[in-house]
Amino acid sequence: MDELKEVIKNYVSNEYLEPDSDPIDYDTPLISGGIVDSFSMVSLKRFLENKYHIQIPDDKATPEAFDSVNKIAELVKEFVKG
Amino acid sequence: MAYSEEVRKLYQDQIRVMREAGILKEERFICSPQAAEIEVEFPAGSPLKKVINMCANNYLGLSSHPEVIKAAHEGLDRRGFGLSSVRFICGTQDIHRQLEEKMTEFLGTEDTILFPSCMDANAGVFEAILTKEDVIISDRLVHASLIDGIRLCSAMNDTYKHSDLEHLEQKLQMYQDKRLRLVVTDGVFSMDGDAAKLDKMVELCEKYRAMLLVDDSHATGFIGKTGRGTHEKFGVMGKIDVITTTFGKALGGATGGCVSGRKELVEMCRQKARPYLFSNTVAPSIIAGVLKVLDILSATTERRDKLERNTGYWRKGLTEAGFILKEGDTPIVPVMLYNAKLAQEFSIALYEEGIYAIGFFFPVVPQGQARIRTQLSAGHEIHHLDQALEAFIKVGKKFDILHRTKQEITEKYGL
Repeated sequence: MDELKEVIKNYVSNEYLEPDSDPIDYDTPLISGGIVDSFSMVSLKRFLENKYHIQIPDDKATPEAFDSVNKIAELVKEFVKG
Repeated sequence: MAYSEEVRKLYQDQIRVMREAGILKEERFICSPQAAEIEVEFPAGSPLKKVINMCANNYLGLSSHPEVIKAAHEGLDRRGFGLSSVRFICGTQDIHRQLEEKMTEFLGTEDTILFPSCMDANAGVFEAILTKEDVIISDRLVHASLIDGIRLCSAMNDTYKHSDLEHLEQKLQMYQDKRLRLVVTDGVFSMDGDAAKLDKMVELCEKYRAMLLVDDSHATGFIGKTGRGTHEKFGVMGKIDVITTTFGKALGGATGGCVSGRKELVEMCRQKARPYLFSNTVAPSIIAGVLKVLDILSATTERRDKLERNTGYWRKGLTEAGFILKEGDTPIVPVMLYNAKLAQEFSIALYEEGIYAIGFFFPVVPQGQARIRTQLSAGHEIHHLDQALEAFIKVGKKFDILHRTKQEITEKYGL
């Protein structure tokens, strides 16, 4: 699980943070905190789907479910388990 | 009554919060034509004051050009005030088609379709040419009208970091499974004044089989050696699939815009773009005025050359005075202040010194990036710029921000 969280955290940091941004932790609000905009959420979903060979249905990929590394990890875990 | 006191208070509270945060926008009444020098009533009810305008999109100084005004008058006399129709019912006159052909020639594209504004062009173009099988990949700092247009379209959308072509390439690789890929950028970015690297972007789009859409509203008429736009500057004329642009800035500044590009894409807009189908045709006087503007610009590059000289002079003056500017070489010259309230107060102080320049802050620019956006015009003479520079220095000293770093300014005023 920690490895999964690190993968997500690294992806989000590389993808969305500017060089002078504060680092994020597992609980940093991503969407409600303005770090990830709703446009960009789609590439995060796609990255997770490709990396873990899963399909996250659109009705599960809500801004709330993607709002922190912890929440995203929970969501991914649900589908990896099958 | 649906609009109860409770509802009224809800809105009053929201407005109060904006006012207290110093971010409530107030309009200033201009009682003269648009020009380098204008007469302004501000605050409302005050006597008129003559000020130098440093924030118009009147890049070429054509907004009140006598020949343009004369042509607009003739358009009014010969083709009437309005057409009371959308284009496809009975709102297309010969001059509408003439302007579409002239814009095609000016921009070096295949075909053009007019819209009531570039906001409408951007709102309509995406849904007209893409479906849910496609993907739009846009720069994160594109204009709000593009964002709205993308939201209205059923295609998947994603973004890349501002002008980061490596990131764009990753995204293009990621979406190779999509039917169509459309990369979207501003030609010149309206808030920062920097230009998209269109030569490199065209290469990437060719490599990954993507179409490229450029909103060139802050470039058409003056960027590039003959003012054709950002695609001319980067040597890629004929290689941009869609250009959207406006007549509301350099090209006379009245209203109207267009989508120009591959003829099939333009035809799709004519058939399907909702702001085109369901909004009135552009008024004849406007069309006649823009036709004259294109004649003037096709005859000589004098105006864009003067604008370029003015831009160099202004940037050099502000830099030497100790202001922090966004780097670039376009006539959009942002003076960085970072704090929203400081930007507002700076603007008011400039006005007292006879200079009209507006503060920009969130949500128009990102949080902590407040600024005074200055814009040059071919209508400015050197004495206007000298007077404006003197005022900027005086106000800069008053707020003690000259020769200060970003950190020093934000420590004093906050972000």
